[in-house]
Amino acid sequence: MKRLLASMLMVLAGLAQAAITVKDDRGHTVTLPEVPRRIVSLLPSLTETVCELGDCARLVGTDRFSNYPATARALPKLGGLDDTSIEALVALKPDVVLLGMSSRLMDRLEALGIKVIALEPKTLGDVQRVLGKLAQLLGKPDEARRIWNRIDGAITHSAASLPPAARGLRIYYEVDAAPYAAGTASFMGEILSRLHGRNIVPAELGPFPKLNPEFVVRADPQVIMVGQRSASGLPQRPGWGAIQAVRNKKICVWVPAESDVLVRPGPRMDEAAALMARCLREAAAGPVALPNVPFNAPPGGMR
Amino acid sequence: MSARHGLWLLMLLLGSAALLALGLAIGSTGWSPWVDKDPVMQQILWDIRAPRSLGAWLAGALLALAGAVAQGLFRNPLADPYLLGCSAGASLGVAVLLFMVGLSPAATALALRVGMTGAAFVGAVGAVLLTLLLARGVEQTLRLLLAGVVVGVVLGSGSALLTLMNPDIMRAMQAFMLGSTGFVGWNAVMIMAVTLLACLLVALGCSRSLDALSLGEATAHSLGVRLALVRVLLIAVLALATAAAVAQCGLIAFVGLVAPHLVRSWGPVTHRDLLLLSPLAGGMLLLAADIGARWVIAPQELPVGIITALLGGSYLLYLMHRRSSGLGRRQ
Repeated sequence: MKRLLASMLMVLAGLAQAAITVKDDRGHTVTLPEVPRRIVSLLPSLTETVCELGDCARLVGTDRFSNYPATARALPKLGGLDDTSIEALVALKPDVVLLGMSSRLMDRLEALGIKVIALEPKTLGDVQRVLGKLAQLLGKPDEARRIWNRIDGAITHSAASLPPAARGLRIYYEVDAAPYAAGTASFMGEILSRLHGRNIVPAELGPFPKLNPEFVVRADPQVIMVGQRSASGLPQRPGWGAIQAVRNKKICVWVPAESDVLVRPGPRMDEAAALMARCLREAAAGPVALPNVPFNAPPGGMR
Repeated sequence: MSARHGLWLLMLLLGSAALLALGLAIGSTGWSPWVDKDPVMQQILWDIRAPRSLGAWLAGALLALAGAVAQGLFRNPLADPYLLGCSAGASLGVAVLLFMVGLSPAATALALRVGMTGAAFVGAVGAVLLTLLLARGVEQTLRLLLAGVVVGVVLGSGSALLTLMNPDIMRAMQAFMLGSTGFVGWNAVMIMAVTLLACLLVALGCSRSLDALSLGEATAHSLGVRLALVRVLLIAVLALATAAAVAQCGLIAFVGLVAPHLVRSWGPVTHRDLLLLSPLAGGMLLLAADIGARWVIAPQELPVGIITALLGGSYLLYLMHRRSSGLGRRQ
């Protein structure tokens, strides 16, 4: 009898433990009876985080842009960021849907009785926080700490590996040709700061300001980082020929696969830091070679 | 030209010159005049600010000329340069171009050769041709207008679809739709200057026919106006002027609509004076807006289209309410 009671207590305790509560970025508290078995992720960085936590197998569907890791590519694609097919999503019977704060789906899905967790990583701190939340959701909180330590350690390592000549360079990181820059306040900017780079766009201007092109010429960056999509024609812009980085051919052009790593605030931030460190090392040594493959990216890679 | 309009012409020219000087003095650090002999400053001045300011003025002039032509030709005060589908065509051209970049190496190479300006120009002119085709020529004004609306809606949804399919291009598309003079160089200035000159000459040549047309199509016909020829010429002016401006600076709102109204608000004008004064007013308006766009939150930039809409819109409203016999009243 005692043993029966004890085992019943254990089962109850197990049940209580299994119930999972996560507070998302909207401030909503979402409770699930157990670790979700069927997860839909509608943001590439969240897909990558779930897989990094070792639970890729629990994903049953993603957005069209989640192309990493390779296993995520085979999953049903439910649409882009603003044109998700609700019908296809509901048909997958997900236990929980992970999406960004800007998604218009939230209310609709909740009205249909589907649990929704909105998470929007925007800074390195957010990456750590989102990692923690998803680890909590997947019932392995310790993993988050382990993964974050790895990411953080790798960024520090990339920074330490830089030769003195590659430190303190003035850098302009272009997000789009309008020109939009990645400022010090963006996560690209945060990584650059950790690599001892000096971003020409101060934090006061916000994460991704639209600049007057004259500002870049005046700031005269020594290194320019830009995705292959907007790289063409950059040196020919009026007055840009005189910029040090253009004159000395120190323009790092990211091919699409690299852009994916750099623009997603997810668990591959250590790779992003390694890429930027490579660029800075090459720029310190001499002219940076342009990619030798023509730009080729299927529509919608979020680059 | 009457003495009063000669005075206006002089004032607009002087105002434009003053704004050009101001445009040279305002950049990414706000007010920074050109007294500096520093080579970087000199280069910023002559390679960036000068072509940019001139380019903004020229684009405004082109749009205003197109607006004046459209309002005269269609005898409609609401007509603007984008009436025949130019803007939707240009955005579709740019969207297709951005979409093609990265699709395959051959497509990318082609897209890079055509360039944004080329794509926008071809799109804008193509849209007008499509409108003419759908309206089966230029004979009927109403049919032209309706065809223009249809082309605008259909092409517009095409570029919206492309943007939705490939959100990578969204930021670039948005920048194009709001208009920007940031990257206007000397080449663009040359192209716009030549286009403006050619379009202005043709339009002035047709100005008497426009005067006759304002009395109605039947009257114009009886006065010996060769309506078909005049329409073809003026639609060509409308398309070329708009396409040239839009290709270099994106879809700048409102200048083309408001500039002719500003000129008319100063008193009755013949089309010859209207076609001459509107470009000057439009150039000044867009240049002023561009200076504002650079200045307000420097070193960041506002899209210039937002400022033209604010400036032009509020001035038009002010005129409308101030003048008892002015715009919007039954004459």
